[in-house]
Amino acid sequence: MASEASPALVYPGNVPDVTDHRPSPEELLRRVQADERRERRGRLKVFLGYASRVGKSYRMFDEGRRRKQRGQDVVVGAVQGAITPDVQEILSCLEMVPTLLEKHGGADYRVIDMAALFRRHPGVCVIDGLAHFNPPGSRNPERWQDVEELLDHGISVITAVNVQHIREKQDEVERIAGKRPSDSVPQAFLLEAEEIEVVDAPPDALIDRTDGVAPDSRRLAELRELALLLAADVVDRQLQEYLESHGIAARWGAQERVLVCLTPRSNARDMLHSGLRNKLRFHGALLVAYVEQHALSAEDRGNLDAHLAMARDMEAEIHCLQGDDFVDAILDFAREQRITQLFLGHSSRPRVLRLGRNPIERLIDAAEDFDIRLFPHPEAK
Amino acid sequence: MSETRRGRLKIYLGYAAGVGKTYRALEDAQLLHQQGVDIVIGYFEPHGRQDTIAKTEGLESIPRRTLAYGGSQFQEMDTAAILRRQPAVALVDEFAHTNVPGCERVKRWEDVNALLEAGIDVITTMNVQHLESLNDQVWHVTGVRVRETVPDWVVDEADEVVFVDLTPGALRNRLERGVVYGTEKARRAMENFFVETNLTALREMAMRHTAHEVEEKLAAAPAAAPAPVAGESSPPGTQPAGRKERILICLTGSPSSAMLIRRGKRVADYLQADCLAIHVARNGEGRQDVERHMSFARNLRIDAHILQGEDIPRAIVEFAHGERVTQIFMGRSTPPPWWNPFQETVVQQVVRHALDVQITIVAERRRPA
Repeated sequence: MASEASPALVYPGNVPDVTDHRPSPEELLRRVQADERRERRGRLKVFLGYASRVGKSYRMFDEGRRRKQRGQDVVVGAVQGAITPDVQEILSCLEMVPTLLEKHGGADYRVIDMAALFRRHPGVCVIDGLAHFNPPGSRNPERWQDVEELLDHGISVITAVNVQHIREKQDEVERIAGKRPSDSVPQAFLLEAEEIEVVDAPPDALIDRTDGVAPDSRRLAELRELALLLAADVVDRQLQEYLESHGIAARWGAQERVLVCLTPRSNARDMLHSGLRNKLRFHGALLVAYVEQHALSAEDRGNLDAHLAMARDMEAEIHCLQGDDFVDAILDFAREQRITQLFLGHSSRPRVLRLGRNPIERLIDAAEDFDIRLFPHPEAK
Repeated sequence: MSETRRGRLKIYLGYAAGVGKTYRALEDAQLLHQQGVDIVIGYFEPHGRQDTIAKTEGLESIPRRTLAYGGSQFQEMDTAAILRRQPAVALVDEFAHTNVPGCERVKRWEDVNALLEAGIDVITTMNVQHLESLNDQVWHVTGVRVRETVPDWVVDEADEVVFVDLTPGALRNRLERGVVYGTEKARRAMENFFVETNLTALREMAMRHTAHEVEEKLAAAPAAAPAPVAGESSPPGTQPAGRKERILICLTGSPSSAMLIRRGKRVADYLQADCLAIHVARNGEGRQDVERHMSFARNLRIDAHILQGEDIPRAIVEFAHGERVTQIFMGRSTPPPWWNPFQETVVQQVVRHALDVQITIVAERRRPA
């Protein structure tokens, strides 16, 4: 279960287990190259839905029509499924480059006519059925790769996909719907889109429109939630990239981000479980930080390692902080990571005679953009 | 009074003016009208947008009423006339609107509630920034303190919340083309509220909030027996089996208590926890401010009490223990006076006395300069 709810901002290969939180030279180079590539590339717009009949195709083709009315050079490169009368009306005013019918192993495949599209070289191409397979021996195994190629040739693409077809979401889709579509699109493809737009509609409306077979409204509602959260994650990432590229430091995003601060003697189990619960309920992020200390006893080291292992099982983002001062290191990190809740263990030190303020009091004094949640020490109960 | 079926409420939720909420609501209305449903427009704000106005064609409108206030004329929804007309469905734009003084009800959502109670279904529109629980976050992100708010429970009780999406780029294009506002107003809007980062952050909030509404409705559905979340089964201390989380918000007369109330309630809602609030009154304290916070808390459906006591930390801790509170929400205490820097603050004393309860200290969010 825990493995299904991956932290919103972690992408495979991007965040190692223990992270140094500055961008590496390789990362900076990657960004520069991505920027250069983006300038030559066509622009990608994706309509994201959660079921057929939510109106994705209509919205997508309608966008094509509007752009044509505004003077852009628009063609349709692929349609799919049953065409409703309202979609047919739009298609009748758009130029088509029809898909090719190919037979392979007794099955019919509809393949985008790439050669014709390159010859025609429109400004914008509308492609439905993004998750389609191409038959073996095709130019690209999958249609989304055809779209990549169109983009690389400077052709902008408007397309549509359901959350069921996003590869990284398919375990969850299978849990909800009991089956998974065989064709899929990697989430990274969505993240590269300049624009993603959610096509939301209540499941009831879908049920009203079906003839006879009523899909299970509960299942639809879960898929709907999945699509909304996926879109929110994509948008969040776009926002962070925009802020970074414009050198804006934003302290508080739209997402709840919990940071659990571990020390060898903290009540880590309670803090981590509570952090996980917050992450799941808010669909936020769970981060764990500890400050590297060199002079740890074997017992403390063992405790810390056990806590970190627990955090790793919860798929928390784990960060080791460097710094002479525990409080400053935590504060800097929390601000940089747009933390909204900071979890700390009570100090167990008795306050008989205190000189100066203890670390927790200093953190409370300095915290400006996040809540601090203090957890009881295990011995207190 | 005879038992009337309560009307159903559908909310189109957006993140800014111009994303197409009213248009979507009118599309619904047209569809229902074609199906022969008795639908009227109870209130509609055209903003001079031609495609939207075209969508009202053929639909019956209930004329607005005109009220004089402060030397000006204001037009408001004529709720009484809609109730007399008794349609099956009414379209009511701008759910978060505050009525001009002199109306029977202060807020439009209260007017809508009257329609629902009379068995009329309502289709309405609002933006995510009007949600009470997001007020501080919206201010922090955009610098705008939204005054017209709707308590979250009102939205939670809607039968359907539908997200209306448009990318910020497309919205800004529409603004530039003068579709949303006239050109001068559009230019000012672009420079202020409609900057890309604001729009993107609000859009993300709207997506997350719609997802939250979907999830809440799933949890409330009869067949709902969601599998326990991994790792949540029995964390010792935080949530003993069968023990629901209970959150206690400690109020003072300080203006920052409003933020504390919103934050505590939001966390309680997401964690599906009970939410209580107390203020410990010593004699002669600023009662008015506290009363305002109390009624604000009660409007958000928080169980709020005023206790009498001289020892504030002790009273808080005793109440928390008596009410089996699992988490206490407090604002930051004022620092100790200069002549006694080692004097303990209220927060420190509560921390020391309530060693078995989680304590959340909510910082006063400030706008970066």
